[in-house]
Amino acid sequence: MKHLSIPLIKNLTEFTISLESMIDNIPMGISVVDRQRKIILINRSFEALTGFSKKEVIGISCGHILRSKQCIKNCPILTMDENSELACNESDIINKDRQLIPVRLNVASLKNVNGEIEGYIETIEDLRAIRELDTQIRHAFTFAHLIGHSPQMERIFKIIPVFAQSDSSVLITGETGTGKDMIAEAIHQASNRSKGTFVKINCGALPENLLESELFGHQKGSFTGAIENKPGRFRLAHNGTLYLTEIGDLPLTLQVKILTFLDDQVIHPIGSTKGFQANVRIIAGTHRNLEKMVKEGKFRADLLFRLNVVRIHLPPLRERENDTGLLLDHFLNLLNTKLNKKVRGLSVAALKTLHNYYYPGNVRELRNIIEYAMNVCQGNQVELEHLPTYLFGAKLIIEESVSNPESETTIYQTPPEVQETTRQSQTWSEMEKNMILDALSKARGKRSKAAEILGCGRSTLWRKIKKYKIM
Amino acid sequence: MMRQKLLIPLMGDDIAPRFDLATEAVIISFDPEWNEEEEKILVFSQASAEDLCHLILTEGIKVVICSAIEEEYYHYLTWKKIKIFDSVIGIWKKATESFKEGTLTAGTILGN
Repeated sequence: MKHLSIPLIKNLTEFTISLESMIDNIPMGISVVDRQRKIILINRSFEALTGFSKKEVIGISCGHILRSKQCIKNCPILTMDENSELACNESDIINKDRQLIPVRLNVASLKNVNGEIEGYIETIEDLRAIRELDTQIRHAFTFAHLIGHSPQMERIFKIIPVFAQSDSSVLITGETGTGKDMIAEAIHQASNRSKGTFVKINCGALPENLLESELFGHQKGSFTGAIENKPGRFRLAHNGTLYLTEIGDLPLTLQVKILTFLDDQVIHPIGSTKGFQANVRIIAGTHRNLEKMVKEGKFRADLLFRLNVVRIHLPPLRERENDTGLLLDHFLNLLNTKLNKKVRGLSVAALKTLHNYYYPGNVRELRNIIEYAMNVCQGNQVELEHLPTYLFGAKLIIEESVSNPESETTIYQTPPEVQETTRQSQTWSEMEKNMILDALSKARGKRSKAAEILGCGRSTLWRKIKKYKIM
Repeated sequence: MMRQKLLIPLMGDDIAPRFDLATEAVIISFDPEWNEEEEKILVFSQASAEDLCHLILTEGIKVVICSAIEEEYYHYLTWKKIKIFDSVIGIWKKATESFKEGTLTAGTILGN
């Protein structure tokens, strides 16, 4: 039990120091191994990183505990001699929680007074944070998860931190797929309320009576089926931000209740006699033209004035100069990793088609097109035939619709002539599900064959099957 | 009870430290009484977690004993109703004995 005795450092200072307590305070995984690479000592950071405890690893070969690619393929200790310097390599480990973690491994020999190797010291640095930072640096033209270097987007990126600092209500408008939800979350994250919750509710997703209860909560017994008290989204967002998406779909009766809240900051749950003072910042988003709706009597003018304190309008992709190319590159890189593909780029013809397309579904549609093309493409370049067929039937960029002053009232509404293509692009999930079902049927249920037909790996197919709950 | 098959990715006499980097594996067949019927060692041309998963499924393996396995493959195999004892460290023969005795659990360190 030589290894279990407490290791000490003598003669360094006046008192004997416990090596264990010293290395435990170092915020980097450290292990000390003997000449046979069996572990003698590890610190607390090593335990946290690998998931193995000190007690269980003593006397075990370090490769079995560290489980790094470096250990298995090219263990640096095997080639070390008395003259070797520190070995530093980047590799990865799989911890006990089955996570693959990128790490930097440093190995140095421990020599006795005669210069003979008695063991080795290894340090393991977790590179997850650095890798994440690298990704952020690569996205130089970004804010939160938004990407763009067009003047319109740069203006928005500059103004968001300013808007975030105030508590004023924000109205975000823009066509579908322009990133309204992302802007709302970015404002919350950049604000003083970021430690509070960000609660999102789709005003168009629920029937009126359910939506009221969902927003304001209810008291037990206030209506049939109210078997317990419900706090409501306003209360859940207390000290945080409430994002009302598709505010244009909010029924008129509820518009009055929101208006009341914006006036006195008090919410009244259904069936309750007491009000609750909620400290909530409201952000609303819509793809509808609220001014036009006010004229038509479908939206209250006073609510629009109260929401419209700070207004952010997100431009459609076709009006964002040169952003299509930047987003194309971004999605290619992102999806190469996600789909485990090696697509290097697009052919000139495919690029031309994408640059000339109208993008009624905006950035979301562009992403879906790239995802479709990369799923279909089996080589390393996306060709014209890999693009969805509906692109070739759709109208190309219509200069007049952008410059037409009449279009002012419909500036963030999808032009009717391209609404059909929006519908198609928004059901990409359905398309993908159908493609998987077709392939499975062609392959008579054999998933490896189906994966071959679809041009993806078996694991990717398995993930998609699980995602769409096909089995 | 049916005939059972067990697979262990190997590195020499030890259980391979990584499922995705194993270039050898042993498949052990048991009769319904848990007596060993056959032992087959396979050597792969290259290490691949996907190929190993495919082998496990095509060979009708019911139990896998391994060390480090990525979450993705772990969930995939358990979804396929394969019992996995992961983070097992030690000589593979000891692990097989422990499995037959019913004492093996995930995270068992048998020593090496």
